[in-house]
Amino acid sequence: MTDAPTPAKVNLAEEFDRSGVGPVLQQLDDELIGLAPVKQRIREIAALLLVDRVRQKFGLIAEAPTLHMSFTGNPGTGKTTVASRMSEILHKLGYVRRGHLVSVTRDDLVGQYIGHTAPKTKEILKKAMGGVLFIDEAYYLYKAENERDYGQESIEILLQVMENNRDDLVVILAGYADKMEKFFQSNPGFRSRVAHHIDFPDYQDGELLAIAEGMLTKLHYKLSPAAKQALAEYIPMRRGQPHFANARSIRNALDRARLRQANRCFAAKDEIDLEALVTIEAEDIRQSRVFASSR
Amino acid sequence: MRVTQGCFSFLPDLTDDQILVQVQYCLENNWAVNLEYTDDPHPRNTYWEMWGLPMFDLKDAKGVLIELSKCRELHGDKYIRLSAFDNTHTIESLRISFIVNRPAHEEGFRLERVEGRSREQRYSTRAYSLDRPEGKRYA
Repeated sequence: MTDAPTPAKVNLAEEFDRSGVGPVLQQLDDELIGLAPVKQRIREIAALLLVDRVRQKFGLIAEAPTLHMSFTGNPGTGKTTVASRMSEILHKLGYVRRGHLVSVTRDDLVGQYIGHTAPKTKEILKKAMGGVLFIDEAYYLYKAENERDYGQESIEILLQVMENNRDDLVVILAGYADKMEKFFQSNPGFRSRVAHHIDFPDYQDGELLAIAEGMLTKLHYKLSPAAKQALAEYIPMRRGQPHFANARSIRNALDRARLRQANRCFAAKDEIDLEALVTIEAEDIRQSRVFASSR
Repeated sequence: MRVTQGCFSFLPDLTDDQILVQVQYCLENNWAVNLEYTDDPHPRNTYWEMWGLPMFDLKDAKGVLIELSKCRELHGDKYIRLSAFDNTHTIESLRISFIVNRPAHEEGFRLERVEGRSREQRYSTRAYSLDRPEGKRYA
């Protein structure tokens, strides 16, 4: 209990405005399409922060929660994008001090010979202090078939720091759902230390279309109405094909469409206006092999 | 005798919280923070052993404090100092350096007088601890 006088009542709405959380959540809603479970979880974390602050005013104990997370989901569902956003959000919410993101994979943590792993992992952890450590494809850290694999050493150091330096850094593990499940089964220590298991759902066709338009707007392109129709037809067809990677497939498709658009503009050899430079036409999309194979 | 050198030498030793704030200031200025230790307290001894490499591209001071606590575990009976190097062109030197750990008991220095040519008197200082070999000076 603190000696500060405890107020009788606290206005939560006022507290919410002062915390600056509102704009952060709003920005998240605006910039990320879909991902309802993710947004829900972030909202819950934000609410906890707010309630903790109020609890502190009443002199109640408000211990920092465990924020280590695991992101699971199919390729291209926005795990990495959200992780980079997450560091910023947690910083604004006041859970991490600096709000930088250190993104690593197995190569950055695990050494190549005995005694190489520990300093390497510790070096990364030192860099991540005060921010978010994002371990992409975390299941590669553990190789079941080789019990002398150095990954195990790295895992032990990680677990220790995740426990002892909970208020110094947040660890986010990411990977495909089935492999992560296996990883957690063979490393029960990880499962219990990771408080938030967030599953990233596949995007709906409509959401992918919206994402595509968002990507193009950022690059100063736009779709003609016919092109939009073509893309709307393209998405379910692409989904039916192997190696569909959600938003990543869409980005690749758009990159190829931009190539074709550039080629078309170049082939015309006429004077060109701004409108033609920024517009992607239906033919740029309909030339895709996805359409060719269905015919 | 309490050996002092570097910044804040006129102050009592900094606490870990105070060190944290100083280190954070260094990191925000993009200086590389470095830890060194020695058991030879003479002020002219500039060659201290390095504790690992200077810590580049850290964002948060906590990482330095973790290293410092590890260094104290191993060399808690020696002098440890923390310095920060500014690599800006035309500066390229230490911007800050202060002692963050000292032996529990510091024996101090003795004054040695040497008779020179024509009965000229020369002086030098020598730490009592240097009478013992390296590694056993503050055991």
